[in-house]
Amino acid sequence: MATQNSRSAARFMLAPAVVLLLGWMLVPLTMTLWFSFRKYLPLRGGDMGWVGFDNYVRFVSSSSFWPSIQTTLIIVGSVLIITVILGILLALLLDQPMWGQGVVRILVIAPFFVMPTVSALVWKNMFMDPVNGLFAHLWKFFGLTPIEWLSQASLPSLVMIVSWQWLPFATLILLTAIQSLNSEQLEAAEMDGAAVVSRFFHIILPHLARAITIVVLIQTIFLLSVFAEIFVTTGGAFGSKTLSYLIFQRVLESQNIGLGSAGGIYAVILANIIAIMLMRVVGKNLDA
Amino acid sequence: MKNTARALLGAVVASLMTSTAFAEKLTIATVNNGDMIRMQKYTDDFTKKTGHTVEWVTLEENVLRQRVTTDITTKGGAFDIMTIGMYETPIWGKNGWLVSMNDLSAEYNADDILPAMKGGLSYDGTMYAAPFYGESSMIMYRKDLMEKAGLKMPDAPSWSFIAKAARAMTDRSTETNGICLRGKAGWGEGGAFITAMSNSFGARWFDEKWNAQFDTREWSDTLNFFVNMMNDAGPPGFATNGFNENLSLFQQGKCGMWIDATVAASFVTNPKDSTVADKVGFALAPDNGLGKRSNWLWAWALAIPAGTKKEAAAKQFIEWATGTGYIELVAGKEGWANVPPGARTSLYKNPNYTSVPFAKMTMDSILSADPNNSTVDPSPYVGVQFAAIPEFAGIATEVSQEFSAAYAGQQTVAEALAKAQALTNEAMEAAGYR
Amino acid sequence: MAREITSQRKTINTVAAWAIGLLIFFPILWTILTSFKTEAVAIADPPVFLFFDWTLENYSIVQERSNYGRFLWNSILIAVGSTILGLLVAVPAAWSMAFVPSVRTKDILLWMLSTKMLPAVGVLYPIYLLFIQLGLLDSVLGLTIVLMLINLPIIVWMLYSYFKEIPVDILEAARMDGATLKEEILYVLTPMAIPGIASTVLLNIILAWNEAFWTLNLTAAQAAPLTAFIASYSSPEGLFYAKLSAASTMAIAPILIMGWFSQKQLVRGLTFGAVK
Repeated sequence: MATQNSRSAARFMLAPAVVLLLGWMLVPLTMTLWFSFRKYLPLRGGDMGWVGFDNYVRFVSSSSFWPSIQTTLIIVGSVLIITVILGILLALLLDQPMWGQGVVRILVIAPFFVMPTVSALVWKNMFMDPVNGLFAHLWKFFGLTPIEWLSQASLPSLVMIVSWQWLPFATLILLTAIQSLNSEQLEAAEMDGAAVVSRFFHIILPHLARAITIVVLIQTIFLLSVFAEIFVTTGGAFGSKTLSYLIFQRVLESQNIGLGSAGGIYAVILANIIAIMLMRVVGKNLDA
Repeated sequence: MKNTARALLGAVVASLMTSTAFAEKLTIATVNNGDMIRMQKYTDDFTKKTGHTVEWVTLEENVLRQRVTTDITTKGGAFDIMTIGMYETPIWGKNGWLVSMNDLSAEYNADDILPAMKGGLSYDGTMYAAPFYGESSMIMYRKDLMEKAGLKMPDAPSWSFIAKAARAMTDRSTETNGICLRGKAGWGEGGAFITAMSNSFGARWFDEKWNAQFDTREWSDTLNFFVNMMNDAGPPGFATNGFNENLSLFQQGKCGMWIDATVAASFVTNPKDSTVADKVGFALAPDNGLGKRSNWLWAWALAIPAGTKKEAAAKQFIEWATGTGYIELVAGKEGWANVPPGARTSLYKNPNYTSVPFAKMTMDSILSADPNNSTVDPSPYVGVQFAAIPEFAGIATEVSQEFSAAYAGQQTVAEALAKAQALTNEAMEAAGYR
Repeated sequence: MAREITSQRKTINTVAAWAIGLLIFFPILWTILTSFKTEAVAIADPPVFLFFDWTLENYSIVQERSNYGRFLWNSILIAVGSTILGLLVAVPAAWSMAFVPSVRTKDILLWMLSTKMLPAVGVLYPIYLLFIQLGLLDSVLGLTIVLMLINLPIIVWMLYSYFKEIPVDILEAARMDGATLKEEILYVLTPMAIPGIASTVLLNIILAWNEAFWTLNLTAAQAAPLTAFIASYSSPEGLFYAKLSAASTMAIAPILIMGWFSQKQLVRGLTFGAVK
């Protein structure tokens, strides 16, 4: 079908996107790589020469490194699990006949429109504050001692905030997938007397596999770079320091560009490991 | 539209008044503190006087720091004036990144600036930033609760008295906490408080050879004292409370005592925002009998990045904002209690101001803090609640994160100190001090 | 009989869905409500829900402090600008990958996504230096370009998966009828792709609107959008829940309203090829 002509036209049309992204990736990446081998301390006079792999060694040997990897994986993993499971349940519910479906859908997708800074500020101050927060009032109402969310349960709190932001996205994609499910298939299964649970596991879930993959893939990309939520709520304290937050501390708080750049390279490596793992799985489901 | 008209009008007036200068547009980065926000309201006065217009970039403290630091180190030139503190000024001045403030006009009367402030904002005898307001820290306490507890606050209390009073004033059933202090991670938040407090316990960050000192008894005494007192008499979740959280609590009447920035005095005594405005007393920050009090010294100051093309206009702005004329302008419009404090000697000689209840205590607090001699044992650094070296902000933020985790009960004080010791030495080694 | 069960089930569904919907929406609702309270009412114990003296005071305080209109205008320019720029680049790319696939199409697609994984803060310094060199610091143009690049992979992928669902037969029929490539894209493909493009546009606007790292770090006064506006309210002095709520409401309202009006379009195209 594709003639020589259309093939070269296609290449021509693809070129701008590829070139732009290549530039956007290579220029900063090259500069980061360069900085990562230098002793680069802006507050001490800038570039102070070649240091080989010192920055790489120092970044990994810091006591914050492994905990930050762990925190990153916990946050990404928990949010993925929560949003996918709740997303499926919510999508199933929204797919049912009901009154005011449109309005409910609006309510459910609303968190997706809230900028991360705002949602972190609102959650931190108006809900999780141990004195004036709404949760504190709720706990007191039931005669319980309010939880000090951000210090005593920093990771669950962060996971909650981020899940709230991403649940709508998961729900929407899963809902579209459920709606595309052949209703005849379902009815046939219903006729056969298949129980609700078995219907879910044998028909609905396999059908959703592709949608779930896509939710996981896209959300992972965004979740790996979660920043504003941590910056606003805990400032990296209480074991909530992710890899990207650690890099932020090295670059901006310690003003050590070399060290931070080495961290940036590690982050790229981590992201690529995750990406390759994902693509193994996605590759099957995403037969392009 | 209205603004444009006003700006045009201002420009016309200005060009009539000063025929040489032409109108510039200044971009000023500043922190979202009350006094700065008030200054933005009165910018018209500056425009009217000089013809220059001003664009404000107002940011929360941490964001501001990261923004202006990136810009100054890369010579980005995004700002004509930056609001920076006592920590940044000497470091940046040393690097030659700031315009000298030694040549401000005679009417500005730079000699009127409090020596402590001038000293902290200078490097090698050159002043690199002009203080907009200066502060130390002091005790703000509820006179009514103190009386109810059967105690009397001395003008210069000790830590043991404070701890006793805090426990006596605490009443969990009415959510009254004896004392509210900063526990929030960050070198400028909880880090600043605990460092200033540690000075009175005889602790220091570094010995003369730049070795971290967190393995000393003084530090462990400081932290244990703080944690025990806060657990008994502090508000829930104090490990995440910073200046602002505590201010809110105090204004709501939930704190018996609060040791924090002297500028807060005008907020807690302002009946518009504070439910306890008429019940607040002041005292010097506590000591521990070792000759050092636990109050800090800080100034928010205006500086001009070197290489700006608008140096003349920027200096005009700084003279306007940090001069005595501005103080009178605010006093006339909003009362003497609301003028930017702690920057000028003349303010504390002005009878209108000395009748303000917190004026004397503010001045005494500022005078009792000495950045050049802040610790009991000798130390190699300048600064009371910080050490004026480029590495400090990064290190102290991480150290204070470990401390906050100890406050929240996630690790013991000993564990936090051991980690602080290790990470500080590690960073100092990386920076080539040890 | 059957009908009764359905209606009963429908009632249960409705109640459950509304309860969950309101729960999810509650933080936003609470923020909006709080923005109309005085600071004292905002922290009242027990909390006041609806019955208080509504006031617009907070909005006027916020407006007095910062020129909301300007931040809003920048947000709109940047979000819309980056979307248009992105479409100009992404539509041809997606078209060619969907209709003239090569062996490497999938690799290219996944590679594009992987460019999003470089942590922004790690490259702040290089980008900042680059922006100074190019004179793009604090300019709407600079931000528009950066946001376009950040979101380009997502746009390309979304369009690609949408284009792929368009039956090739129709295109071939058009070609048989002698349509040129240009006509094919303009008159055949585009109308069929409109829903997909529409939801891509919406998603991209949302992502650009909410991007808070670059928009904050590459701007000063001229190009600062609403993310910078909110950064000056994150910890003001004293009681601030009501003012924070007002500023938050102002920052999210435009995009929330846009999202609500266009949710049908957004939902319809937001499949990323999840539907086969």
